[in-house]
Amino acid sequence: MTDVLEGSDAADAAVADIPDGATVLIGGFGAAGQPIELIDALRRRGASDLTVVNNNAGNGDEGLAALLKAGQVRKMICSFPRQSDSWVFDDLYRSGRIELEVVPQGNLAERMRAAGAGIGAFFCPTGVGTPLTEGKEQRTIDGRDYVLEYPLRGDHALIKAHTADRMGNLVYRKTARNFGPVMATAATTTVAQVVDVVETGDLDPEVVVTPSIYVDRVVVT
Amino acid sequence: MSERLSKTALSKSEIAKLIADDIPQGAFVNLGIGQPTLVADHLDLERGVVLHTENGMLGMGRAAEDDEVDPDLINAGKIPVVETPGASYFHHADSFAMMRGGHLDVCVLGAFQVSVRGDLANWHTGAEDAIPAVGGAMDLAIGARDVFVMMTLFGKDGSSKLVEECTYPLTGVACVSRVYTDHGVFEITDDGVRVREAHGATVEELRERTGLDLLG
Repeated sequence: MTDVLEGSDAADAAVADIPDGATVLIGGFGAAGQPIELIDALRRRGASDLTVVNNNAGNGDEGLAALLKAGQVRKMICSFPRQSDSWVFDDLYRSGRIELEVVPQGNLAERMRAAGAGIGAFFCPTGVGTPLTEGKEQRTIDGRDYVLEYPLRGDHALIKAHTADRMGNLVYRKTARNFGPVMATAATTTVAQVVDVVETGDLDPEVVVTPSIYVDRVVVT
Repeated sequence: MSERLSKTALSKSEIAKLIADDIPQGAFVNLGIGQPTLVADHLDLERGVVLHTENGMLGMGRAAEDDEVDPDLINAGKIPVVETPGASYFHHADSFAMMRGGHLDVCVLGAFQVSVRGDLANWHTGAEDAIPAVGGAMDLAIGARDVFVMMTLFGKDGSSKLVEECTYPLTGVACVSRVYTDHGVFEITDDGVRVREAHGATVEELRERTGLDLLG
């Protein structure tokens, strides 16, 4: 059953059970699809010692960058931390105040897909012979080399969609979809912020991208 | 070697044009980020090439202008773009399945170094204070059927970026099929590196400056 939360304290209520030490999957590719209101609520909640999974490591001073700046994140798992406007992360990393696990972007997505799909591990050709797969189990299958990769699970996923119905079915908008549908499947509790909520039955079942089974809370922003 | 040969080195735009002209009709193509995105400016729309962007789109169009800018519609370099007719959106795991599953015909990437057997180094200089960032480069390198590299042949210090063995950390092993540079186009073959065309230097001069046994 999905809770639909509306009103000024909806985002705060939706993240109120995220504890210290949680692993939080945060959607978005740069600013597109980044659930800013949920991240801000997590920052206000003050949960610390977090492990955050996102494609990047914050842009500018808002959203994920603000959460990092508040010192609440112990470890970032991401594919591309270094950007022209990632000064908050750069400073934390260079001064040794944050851990970093760099994961090739496709592995980041597929590891979460595996977590959501009950896959125990998978062999993948990405990164064979590079420093990012050193020490990992390798196997040659039909003449091609693969590396064993494990699932990446979250305690919570914070994602952004465009429209939800009251069941929690989600539709996204353009390239803001990015990691949202994958993260929704990979966390114990998934919270989606949306621009619009419609009555159950008003979304065409043929176009639903994330079925409601993956969504625990919807926050209307 | 082909007869195409000019006395001066090529500009970035001229390299991009060479690459665009080599992309087959109807191909599905990923142009990475940065310099290779210049290739898009030279693609003849009538040839039906479809651009893929790693953040979940096929049918990516040109950069958005003025009121076309939509923060929900960006490319891998996070630059606002437009849709083309027939475009589609999909999530990240699907987007990278398209790469890793071998569905893309061509990708074009930048590089710090490429080795004579097609090893690619383009994500990390290995410098101690550098923050490592790989993005989708490793997935593209092993995924696309043809991996083209676009780069200058020589670094700022004059050293060749086409090398016997890469000294920078690798992105992918034996994955590059062709290297487009300001001084020529190089095919990575089982027999060695073949110079398809040379610009601003003779093949003999290129052999000397790169220190490689280039096939003419």
